[in-house]
Amino acid sequence: MKKLINDPADVVPEALRGLAAAHPELRVDHENRVVLRGDAPRRGKVGLVSGGGSGHEPMHAGFVGVGMLDAACAGEVFTSPVPDQVVAATRGVDGGAGVLHIVKNYTGDVMNFEMAAELVSAESDTEVVAVVTDDDVAVQDSLYTAGRRGVGVTVLLEKLAGAAAEEGRPLAQVADIAKRVNATGRSMGMALTSCTVPAAGRPTFDLPDDEMEIGIGIHGEPGRRRVPLAPAREVAEMLVEPILGDLDMTGGDGVIAFVNGMGGTPLLELYLMYAEVVAVLEKAGVGVARNLVGSYMTSLDMAGCSVTLLKADDELLRLWDAPVRTPSLRWGA
Amino acid sequence: MTVVDAAALTAWVREFARLVHEQRDTLTQLDSAIGDADHGANLDRGMTAAVAALETTPSDDPAAVLKTVATTLIKTVGGASGPLYGTFFLRASGTLDGGDGAALAAALRAGYDGVVARGKAERGDKTMLDALGPACDALDEALAAGKALDEALGAAAEAAAQGRDATEPLVARKGRASYLGERSAGHVDPGAASATLLVEAAATALAGRG
Repeated sequence: MKKLINDPADVVPEALRGLAAAHPELRVDHENRVVLRGDAPRRGKVGLVSGGGSGHEPMHAGFVGVGMLDAACAGEVFTSPVPDQVVAATRGVDGGAGVLHIVKNYTGDVMNFEMAAELVSAESDTEVVAVVTDDDVAVQDSLYTAGRRGVGVTVLLEKLAGAAAEEGRPLAQVADIAKRVNATGRSMGMALTSCTVPAAGRPTFDLPDDEMEIGIGIHGEPGRRRVPLAPAREVAEMLVEPILGDLDMTGGDGVIAFVNGMGGTPLLELYLMYAEVVAVLEKAGVGVARNLVGSYMTSLDMAGCSVTLLKADDELLRLWDAPVRTPSLRWGA
Repeated sequence: MTVVDAAALTAWVREFARLVHEQRDTLTQLDSAIGDADHGANLDRGMTAAVAALETTPSDDPAAVLKTVATTLIKTVGGASGPLYGTFFLRASGTLDGGDGAALAAALRAGYDGVVARGKAERGDKTMLDALGPACDALDEALAAGKALDEALGAAAEAAAQGRDATEPLVARKGRASYLGERSAGHVDPGAASATLLVEAAATALAGRG
């Protein structure tokens, strides 16, 4: 393993120190490993809290700022934050209008956020609503799985719900928008290589040079199936078709198309993939209203990508275009 | 007769921490196959913290020992194993009443029920319950048959190990391994493996206590 680290056990706190140094506009609670907007809590504004295991940067701390999250909790690598962190974040952003928890659907994340919400409600009258994202079409939503994973839609949701909260909308409306985004967005991912968890020191799985994993999540877990390596054109079909098969994306105001890098894939290839995704969508009669291309929700150093499509409408497009100013997503502000 | 006192439970916790540390890489390897390669590291971190907490705030109250372990795990582990093992010790602490084998068995059963409730899982889902459940059953049966506690815990450890091994062919229905579908078959569940260490630690730590 070659990594730019000191001690594998210190990766998360040391990265947070760097984030704090690079972004003085944010406030980092090093004890609780929570990153907050410098001006939190904002009186009368719904607070948005997300969090999860580290290793997915820039998600979530890179999305803390104006028009997006108020706080992000950083767990250990690929391990959800503990309830105390979420409680600290919730208290830190509570401006009297309630707090929205944005939780990706993983057993650990859901349990830790639930326990945190129980603790907050036992100790204060802060209103907390949780929205759980579960947009990964690679997983069947059935009694026989932990349900679909929360992946790419989470990034779009944090932007869109963040814009709604910034407008001063009440908690119920912000939560409704968040739920609508999750209900109308779907994702599918693939990997060319595994990733290496610092504490483990070697790749999580072996993937021969001539094979790829289809239907991966964001934790280096193997995908649904392993297939021979194929050209980007075919990979785009393998990712987009299951999404379109799961949810009709035609008509309306088009989609927000998000091609996300898993951490080890250059932007050159992501743009190439975006062109292939657009071509598949055109053939299917799906228009693209907005797009996002880049590595926003990564799996450490994994090579590969995911595609997320979100069925848009006027309101969602307006919220998408609203100003955002965070370390990793910024426009119009 | 008091055999399950604070010192005995502390010894159990220390032995569990020792086993987790010793088998940290094995647990992580199991988790690499069907999960996310962090079970050994996370549980080792949590149990190391639990042992340290028991040294900082030792107690003569058996229930307090278990509660310290519970809150430390919930505070330090994260992921799914933090809330699940934390809930196990928390419920065991709340139920522990008395110092005999039956009291310990009732506490372990309450811990098991807590994990069922928190994880919304059941036996056969390829989780830690597949080791803990058979262990609780074997412990109850052995005590009901009049066996001494250490012998009964030995039977429980054996049942846990059998339950752990029986997870190998199963297709996971809960937790991260369930995302793999059929591909999760052919691997032992890492949670069942660490839960077996928990029961084996009890058998070792309480051996000779009658």
